[in-house]
Amino acid sequence: MFPKQEVVAMLLAGGQGSRLGVLTAKLAKPAVPYGGKYRIIDFPLSNCANSGIEAVGVLTQYQPLVLNEYIGSGQPWDLDSMTSGVQVLSPYQRSRGADWYTGTANAIYQNMNYIERYNPDYVVILSGDHIYKMDYSKMVAFHKQNKADCTIAVIDVPLAEASRFGILNTNPDGSIYEFDEKPKVPKSTKASMGIYVFSWDKLRKYLTEDQENPNSSNDFGKDVLPAMLNAGERMFAYEFQGYWKDVGTIDSLWESNMDLLNPNVPLDLSDENWKIYSRTPVMPPHYMAPGAKAQNSLVADGCNVYGEIDFAVLFAGVYIAPGAVVRDSIIMPGARIEEGAVVQYAIVSENAVIGKNAVVGMRPEDVQDKEQWGIAVVGDNITVGAGAVVAPKMMIDKDIPEVTNDARQ
Amino acid sequence: MLGNNVMGIIFSNMHEELIRELTNKRTMGSVPFGGRYRLIDFVLSNMVNSGINRVGVITKGNYQSLMDHLGSGKAWDLSRRRDGLFILPPFGNGAAEFGNRIQTLSAISSFLVHSKEEYVLISDCDVVCNINYQKVIDRHLETGADITMIYRRGVLPATDEPVVLSLAPDSRVRDIIIGPEAKGEYSYALNMLLIKRELLIQLVSECSSRNKGSFKRDILQKNVDTLKICGYEFEGYAKVICSMNSYFEANMSLMNPSIREELFNSDRPIYTKVRDDMPAKYGLGSTVTNSLVANGCVIEGQVENSVLFRGVHVGKGAKVSNCVIIQDTIIGNDCELKYVIADKDVTIKDSRTMMGFQSYPVYISKGSIV
Repeated sequence: MFPKQEVVAMLLAGGQGSRLGVLTAKLAKPAVPYGGKYRIIDFPLSNCANSGIEAVGVLTQYQPLVLNEYIGSGQPWDLDSMTSGVQVLSPYQRSRGADWYTGTANAIYQNMNYIERYNPDYVVILSGDHIYKMDYSKMVAFHKQNKADCTIAVIDVPLAEASRFGILNTNPDGSIYEFDEKPKVPKSTKASMGIYVFSWDKLRKYLTEDQENPNSSNDFGKDVLPAMLNAGERMFAYEFQGYWKDVGTIDSLWESNMDLLNPNVPLDLSDENWKIYSRTPVMPPHYMAPGAKAQNSLVADGCNVYGEIDFAVLFAGVYIAPGAVVRDSIIMPGARIEEGAVVQYAIVSENAVIGKNAVVGMRPEDVQDKEQWGIAVVGDNITVGAGAVVAPKMMIDKDIPEVTNDARQ
Repeated sequence: MLGNNVMGIIFSNMHEELIRELTNKRTMGSVPFGGRYRLIDFVLSNMVNSGINRVGVITKGNYQSLMDHLGSGKAWDLSRRRDGLFILPPFGNGAAEFGNRIQTLSAISSFLVHSKEEYVLISDCDVVCNINYQKVIDRHLETGADITMIYRRGVLPATDEPVVLSLAPDSRVRDIIIGPEAKGEYSYALNMLLIKRELLIQLVSECSSRNKGSFKRDILQKNVDTLKICGYEFEGYAKVICSMNSYFEANMSLMNPSIREELFNSDRPIYTKVRDDMPAKYGLGSTVTNSLVANGCVIEGQVENSVLFRGVHVGKGAKVSNCVIIQDTIIGNDCELKYVIADKDVTIKDSRTMMGFQSYPVYISKGSIV
């Protein structure tokens, strides 16, 4: 029934992404909008499509509605073939009992039947919270060449930051001899990117053993990989060069969007040879009105810009009123910035409204106490009333009433 | 959704000779418009948004770009198990049998005969509008007309043979005048009409057997007394593309927010083929005002009163004003363009200057290097 697929990808998309606060209150982290028209999951899905991986299982659990709807049939990524393509795998009930996914390894374990039907040689494990362009087929080739059982993609990080990552210590031939989770004194700067290639027979064996171990937390990083290393399996580090960013926090999500505006950052989304596909909203081109000012910005279809934008990322259908100013900010689909409003160093979520003369966020140089500074975030469908002020670093999940002039005085 | 008993027939080639520059290598239907569309997108989307799910697109030559654009019809939700999009190129005797409208309809008669819908909506691709055909269908049933012609009141478009209707107060067409020399406001047909499928087959076969070839003369004009022909006035925004000037003006009219809102109504969206471009990128020192800019553009210079299609690049120091720049055209640094229509894939090298006038925009053909 199902033709063999040499490689099957499993994309872990069930995480809540709680560090993104209001942005993930109603949707899973991989569905968070990015870069003016994408969602984070477009990156791993497009990478799979461009790498020739035809079977992709997406494991969802937390707030899956938006994500499921977005993935749909998989057609935008050409992942809608007759017997393969993208398949959403949600937790399910069995004849005896039902379980949520208790960890990353458990999620894969519960969906071994999906993998088995393609009889693959290799399984690629991906996560849905990174922005990067990567040819997984090269990593699989590396895995084959080394006759490895498991290959982990690593990226060189600055030594000063290495203690924030899971660090892999390797022999000169690239084989791994030690995992160092967030080491105080890092021995290397090779950080795990959370991308694994396994030989399927080995992975099946270790997932089953891990499941039978009552003391295991059923996590790849904490349990499965260390168990394989201790058993002396062949594990290699695959060095990736290029842009890679974990967008799991407000700051990193904001930075990664701003990276698109920096010509020196090696992340080109217009590369014909490695397109990032997405679902495109049906909207006319955007309109720059007389008097509009736009510099250093990304603007998607359907926007109407009457005000001023600088270092802004505007998603589809955003309205910037005359006299409004948006700087160093991300404005998600359908949001409205009304007349005279000033939005700086902020993320404004889908369909939010920033009322007349409201002020959201602040430049870091204008803040006295640097501890108090951070990116301001306005949740989706929130209205910030006219004249209201949203301080830096605040996260708004309820409407803010209008502030009249009298009240301000 | 099951259809509404109406099928669509679109003529993708009609009126091409009026804008020869743009249709030299493509059909009327595949003429680029409004930053990301092709003319056929409007009529196709209007049909789909009005519940018409079976659409035949007639094309007789130059149809490579049209086929590429339409694909399976997926972008218009017309890639379906039941009905969907049918591209009807010439077969048998080739383009010869698609000589005139009646010959063409006769040549595709098997498509008409094998359809099940009771009514046929026939349309050309030369009108940019967002029209709800369901209202036309409702009116057609209400008046019990044999044929309902969609018309508009206004100054006649500068097309070769405008069809002017003289209407009774009950909207019945009393007389049809073809190509009058006339000034002032008239009711002119928009080349869209609704007719019973079986009546169409019968009228076409009668004309065909008498070797009569003009749809407007031999079917409409001739039968104005014997058939009940009614008019339906479309009062919304509509622009007939019948010259390079009207093409230019129609593109420029999109700067008007209320026209944009009506034409790209989010309840009845205009669909088009998707390109996976990133959002438009504005560089340091770019100044863009009163312009429509599509995804995939990279702008580092100055742009005003212009329409930039997908993937257009405007170099540093370049000044582009009152231009229509079609997709993937590259404008080099320090160029100056005024009243220019640049077709697809044009390269304008650094420091070139090109100027047309409002009444006569300069046209640069597809793939040229200036």
